[in-house]
Amino acid sequence: MIKIKNLEKYYSKLHVLKNIDLSIEQGKITYLVGPNGSGKSTLIKSILGLIKKYDGTISINGKIINEDSEYRNLIGYMPQSASFPENLTVKDIIKLVKEIRYQNIYDEELLTKFVLSKEMNKRLKNLSGGTIQKVNAALAFLFDPQILILDEPTSGLDPVSSNILKDKIIDENKKGKTILFTSHIISELEDLAQNIAFILDGKIWFSGSKNELIKIAGESNLERSVASLMTKSIA
Amino acid sequence: MSITLKIIKYQVKDNLQSRWIIGFFLFFLIFSYWLISFTEDSHKVLLSILNMIIIVIPLICLVFGTIYIYNNLNYITFMLTQPIKRNAIYSGLYFGLIISIFVCFILGVGIPILLNILLFTESLNIVILLFITGFFQILIFTGFGFLIAIQNDDKLKGLGISIFVWLFFSIIYDGLILYLLQTFQDYPLEKLALGLTLLNPIDLGRILTILKFDVSALMGYTGAVFEDFFGNNLGLFISLTVLLIWSILPFVLGQKKFSDKDI
Amino acid sequence: MLKVNGIKFLLLFAFLSTLNVNFGKTLIVGKKENYNSIKSAIAKVAIGDTIIIKEGLYREGNLIIDKPITIIGINTPIIDGENKYEIITVKSDNVFISGLRLINSGLSFIEDNAAIKLEAVNNCTIINNEFNNNFFAIYLAKSTNCKIIQNSIKAIKKTETSSGNGIHLWYCKNITIQQNYISGHRDGIYLEFVRTSEIKNNFSENNLRYGLHFMFSDSCKYSENMFKHNGAGVAVMYTKNVEMTNNRFENNWGGASYGILLKDISDSDIKNNIFYKNSSGLYIEGSNRVNIYDNDFTENGWAIRLMANSMEINFVRNNFIGNSFDVTTNSTHNFNFFENNFWSEYKGYDIDKNGIGDVPFRPIKLFSLIVEKNRPTLILLRSLFIDILDAAEKIFPVLTPETLIDKSPAMKRFYD
Repeated sequence: MIKIKNLEKYYSKLHVLKNIDLSIEQGKITYLVGPNGSGKSTLIKSILGLIKKYDGTISINGKIINEDSEYRNLIGYMPQSASFPENLTVKDIIKLVKEIRYQNIYDEELLTKFVLSKEMNKRLKNLSGGTIQKVNAALAFLFDPQILILDEPTSGLDPVSSNILKDKIIDENKKGKTILFTSHIISELEDLAQNIAFILDGKIWFSGSKNELIKIAGESNLERSVASLMTKSIA
Repeated sequence: MSITLKIIKYQVKDNLQSRWIIGFFLFFLIFSYWLISFTEDSHKVLLSILNMIIIVIPLICLVFGTIYIYNNLNYITFMLTQPIKRNAIYSGLYFGLIISIFVCFILGVGIPILLNILLFTESLNIVILLFITGFFQILIFTGFGFLIAIQNDDKLKGLGISIFVWLFFSIIYDGLILYLLQTFQDYPLEKLALGLTLLNPIDLGRILTILKFDVSALMGYTGAVFEDFFGNNLGLFISLTVLLIWSILPFVLGQKKFSDKDI
Repeated sequence: MLKVNGIKFLLLFAFLSTLNVNFGKTLIVGKKENYNSIKSAIAKVAIGDTIIIKEGLYREGNLIIDKPITIIGINTPIIDGENKYEIITVKSDNVFISGLRLINSGLSFIEDNAAIKLEAVNNCTIINNEFNNNFFAIYLAKSTNCKIIQNSIKAIKKTETSSGNGIHLWYCKNITIQQNYISGHRDGIYLEFVRTSEIKNNFSENNLRYGLHFMFSDSCKYSENMFKHNGAGVAVMYTKNVEMTNNRFENNWGGASYGILLKDISDSDIKNNIFYKNSSGLYIEGSNRVNIYDNDFTENGWAIRLMANSMEINFVRNNFIGNSFDVTTNSTHNFNFFENNFWSEYKGYDIDKNGIGDVPFRPIKLFSLIVEKNRPTLILLRSLFIDILDAAEKIFPVLTPETLIDKSPAMKRFYD
């Protein structure tokens, strides 16, 4: 369970996150939706400890995160785009991450499914963006973490790989994992979502289950619900 | 093995295959080899290499150090989402780069000297000084490069500041000292001149050089302050101490900035 | 030791016999000999006699030699002046002294007490003696045709006033000073009003003031000497017709320390000398018509400091290597000539391959003028900023003398 309370963030004078209260339910798939520049990434970065200066609290499993870095053992993170030292091989990167996380059990399913074995000894600079994204995804799941945070996970992936990833998300959720992912295109991953958090202009406009949202908005699909929610709020 | 050491290991592995680092190595190698083949005079060769060290190395390290952070931002972000401390990644990147530059500096300058070792048997102490000076300049100005990149998210601005810092320490600073000494030449300014010089890491490298090459001239100066400073090991000791402080300072500042920074 | 001295003794006899010295009788001084004091032997000695002094310590105050005799020490007998007396005063021509160790001649601020003083004599020889801790060691006044050879002269440095000179010549002529070692005195070798003398192959180091110091001493030759680590180097003043060749001037450090200080010197030659690691290699003031040929100036602070009141100083075929400053002066006027020298700072080219650089070389840097007027700026030596300043001045000379230029710089250093 990730609990965010009264989170405020300014970048100099820019008010990026405005008094955010949000709970990411344990064992659920939460879909954080919002257009580009809405504050999604800043929110995720705050949870990951990449943002240092903010007001409010973020707690994971009841513990407030601050200077400590240990809690990140619980989290697997797949960034929108990560680059690695270009002269290292895929194997090097995986070894490096394994070496810095003290863990014994690995979930190598994605490595297998993405058929990364033949890329293992290639240097990062010789890989396509798509392949690097696969490496990113595989790394996020590799340590079998309790919480998965996936930032625009399907962007940059081919349809086949995208489906593999979606299946993996569903599987992991069934095992009880908490999953938080984002997208700026609402329809893209709506079929996976159990909970929705809608963020715009640094504010959470809605958070709750998908059904609840559709009920409130009175619309049948997610995109329409969000749209009607927006017009209501503005009015 | 600590996490920092693990990161260093992979950084060095990456850097040693980088085009930039290989370019630096070739630059050091060709420059030293060319100098040695042009003149038989070991003193002249070492003097030129020392000059290169206090002029070119700061420039390379500043600019490359800055670019290095910018190029690795995504990687840094990724690493920071792992359960490791920020200091570990900053130190890992810094020492990973320092070690790599130092290796290509030692080999690039060392191989041509080693191939002509007979020429240098009488000036081995200067050769050692040369490597020590080079090492300090690499430590200091890579630290500065990192610090500048951490302080400035705008890459162009960061790069501009790097080049300005180099210009400042290598040229402008000495111009200001000369201006000061000329303007107030009726006052006893030796201590001030010496003190100001010690504040500039490039000047410190220069002082180590002139301690070796120009001691006859320095002893010809009638001021007691200079003679006390240069006439015994005090000068060497103070210079090295201040260099040590300089090499820690930008690194520690950068690390502190980095640990509070929003990525 | 005994054997060596024995051989020396035999050699001396051989040497003396070639000179056709008239051998008289021999008086032997020693504990178990006929004479147990030197004084008692001197009292009995006749013209042409030889006094042989055997091993031992002799404290006999001042010994006056007023007859042409030979004094020879066996196994270096020690004669002690007890810091009170002049030890030996020679007042006769044709005296020969050898094989003694003379120590502790008396310090005096009124008398120039020496270990051996030669007063107005002719044709005397002081050879192969040791001098330790004397006020003055060898002192020649108004003497001619004397030889000072192979003596070892050492003292412990004190202050300039409580120290005398190693070899001191005053109003002398035709003197040979050869193969002596001198250290720890005020001046190593001091000459005043000396003419046609030769100073050759001596080693003078660690003296308080000058390794060699001469004034008003015309037509003297100095060759193959070594001057090292002296407080103020070598000073050459108010003299004509000096010839200095193949000497080495080394490690003379200090604000007023010079390889050679030339003051009011004319019509002289300085050739084939080596100036190594001196604060100032050659300082020239008020001098005329001096030829400075074929010297090496290596790693000095200032190789040449040429004051503008000098004229017709000619610098030809010298090597200037790794000096902090090659030439400096105090004026924008110049009446001296630089030709075909090798400058390690020279960065020109030689397209026609005749060994002479196609671009003239300006040995004076702007920075050397700045330092000359404002000493603390020396701290900026070898700064990139200074290099830029010097380069600008080389292109548009404003402050440095325009005529001080080597129009035919050598591309390669000269080896002799």
